[in-house]
Amino acid sequence: MTRTGFVIANLWRKKTRTVLTLLSIVTAFLLFGLLQAVNVLFSAGADFIGASRLVTQARVSFTQSLPMRLLPQIESVPGVEHVMWQQWFGAVYQENTQLIFLATDPARLRLVYPEYVMPDAEWKAFEQTRTGIIVGRNLANQHGWKIGQKVPIASNIFPQQDGSKNWTFDLVGIYDGKDEDWQRNTNVGWINFAYFDEANQFGRGLAGTYTIKLADVDQAQGVAQTIDAMFENSPDETKTQTEKDFNIGFIKQIGDIGLIVRWILFAVFFTLLLVVGNTIAQSVRERIPELAILKTLGFKDGSVLGFVLAEAAALCVIGGLLGLAIATPLGVAITRATGGNLPIAVDGRVWLVGGIAILVLSLAVGLLPALRAKRLTIVDALAGR
Amino acid sequence: MLSPHGRQLMSEAMVQVRNVQKSYVRGKQTVEVLHGLSLDIPKGDFVALMGPSGSGKTTLLNLIGGLDSPTSGEIRVGGERIDQLSGGRLAEWRARNVGFVFQFYNLMPVLTAERNVELPLLLTKLSAAQRRKSVAIALEVVGLADRARHKPKELSGGQEQRVAIARALVSDPALLICDEPTGDLDRKTADEILGLLQVLNREHGKTIVMVTHDPKAAGFANRILHLEKGQLLEQATAAA
Repeated sequence: MTRTGFVIANLWRKKTRTVLTLLSIVTAFLLFGLLQAVNVLFSAGADFIGASRLVTQARVSFTQSLPMRLLPQIESVPGVEHVMWQQWFGAVYQENTQLIFLATDPARLRLVYPEYVMPDAEWKAFEQTRTGIIVGRNLANQHGWKIGQKVPIASNIFPQQDGSKNWTFDLVGIYDGKDEDWQRNTNVGWINFAYFDEANQFGRGLAGTYTIKLADVDQAQGVAQTIDAMFENSPDETKTQTEKDFNIGFIKQIGDIGLIVRWILFAVFFTLLLVVGNTIAQSVRERIPELAILKTLGFKDGSVLGFVLAEAAALCVIGGLLGLAIATPLGVAITRATGGNLPIAVDGRVWLVGGIAILVLSLAVGLLPALRAKRLTIVDALAGR
Repeated sequence: MLSPHGRQLMSEAMVQVRNVQKSYVRGKQTVEVLHGLSLDIPKGDFVALMGPSGSGKTTLLNLIGGLDSPTSGEIRVGGERIDQLSGGRLAEWRARNVGFVFQFYNLMPVLTAERNVELPLLLTKLSAAQRRKSVAIALEVVGLADRARHKPKELSGGQEQRVAIARALVSDPALLICDEPTGDLDRKTADEILGLLQVLNREHGKTIVMVTHDPKAAGFANRILHLEKGQLLEQATAAA
């Protein structure tokens, strides 16, 4: 037997209690791993590396539409291969099912998003049918839509000329993704912009946001800066960023996600501190005579303190590492499930912060009980005082 | 009157207590437990401390065993002034020189018998193999070699006490401190344990100081010391 073996043996003194405490630590660190990855994501600065597409929005807010007249200027920027625009439709299906529908130019959509796979005939039909829409496979399957049927969709933003917010479109194509990741992303519908622009009551000639396909991914930052510099100090100042950062910014509209995440983490760890701290304290209280015997046998006060701290640390380390280990592939799964739009990477940075959190938690839950064990007097402890 | 064996032992004192006083603070009161007590325990002796509850016998035992320090006075064990040792050094001294046996065994419930016995050896520099050997010997001495892998809850009271004695012996201390070692045992088992203590005293030369309420248990010792109100009254020679 070793001192470590003695610590482990004491951990399993009450198996059910240890397992439940471990599970709570595992859960806490699993949450921590995922939330900290989200926190890193929302706290990180712009990252242009490897970006093949940029999104240009109004600098003030993406809810403010950019005008169509910016298109030729954006197209003229060196490094820009293709440009499309998309206007948020505000789609509501049936009574209250919100859908993602955007109005765009069909030909440009195909050029900027070669990842969308659809037969030529359906692309042509989309171009040629004014009231035509195409939808992703997931979206079509979700609502049982078939090519050729009429799809009634309301817009909570754009009424038609007659004031009605109910629009009816012809489903002329269903697209798939080029691979598994893109297939997961086939939950968007696209409306022929020509019809939308002509038929809506207000907001004509407004592009919404622009999506730029780059000729060279290494030029992403340069192209973004050029575009924004072009419209600086104009009535239509722009903010150009990668598609990924744009999506994150979209989610940030919900609220200061970083702050929310930090508060959640604080609440989780505070609760954990109470739960695990109480467990360790209870365990020490139960073992006062045993700890006194250790001192009787010749173990010094510091050794007894060390045993209790080691038990607390063992619980936190085992639970914490397990939690982070589960969070890591879970983050990958979430990233895949969102088609890369929410890249949850439980990477080295998260593990480092997690490691520090494990250490701090170990000290926080173990120190007071360990000090109590250190300070107990043999005579009083054996006498039950 | 001491036996010839006893007279031989007197020449070399294992424990010397001189004018020891011990008081405790309990709330706002100071309670004096020992009043200027002096005694000698020769090397290889087996002494029983008897007295009514509150007489100070357990307090005296704790002081001799280095579990507590006197308020004043001197205590020498094996020639060393233990009353002058600080907490850490006293712990080291205990580990090398004293083995403890308690009324309620005080074994670690999560460890097997052999691991309980091995515990004191974690304080030494012995290798794992050497520790295992020492443990085997100690369990052999107490007659429990075949129960090494059992946990305390799987042992009878007598067996648990034997394991406790093996733990007390494993680092080969010169002095054994026993606080009511048979207090929780039936007569037959108690006699077996006391017989074992006698063997450790007579054949292995251990000096034993035992607190007991039981006159029959005290009869296994060489000498009986009576305490009352913190003072030594008389000593008697037990039947050899």
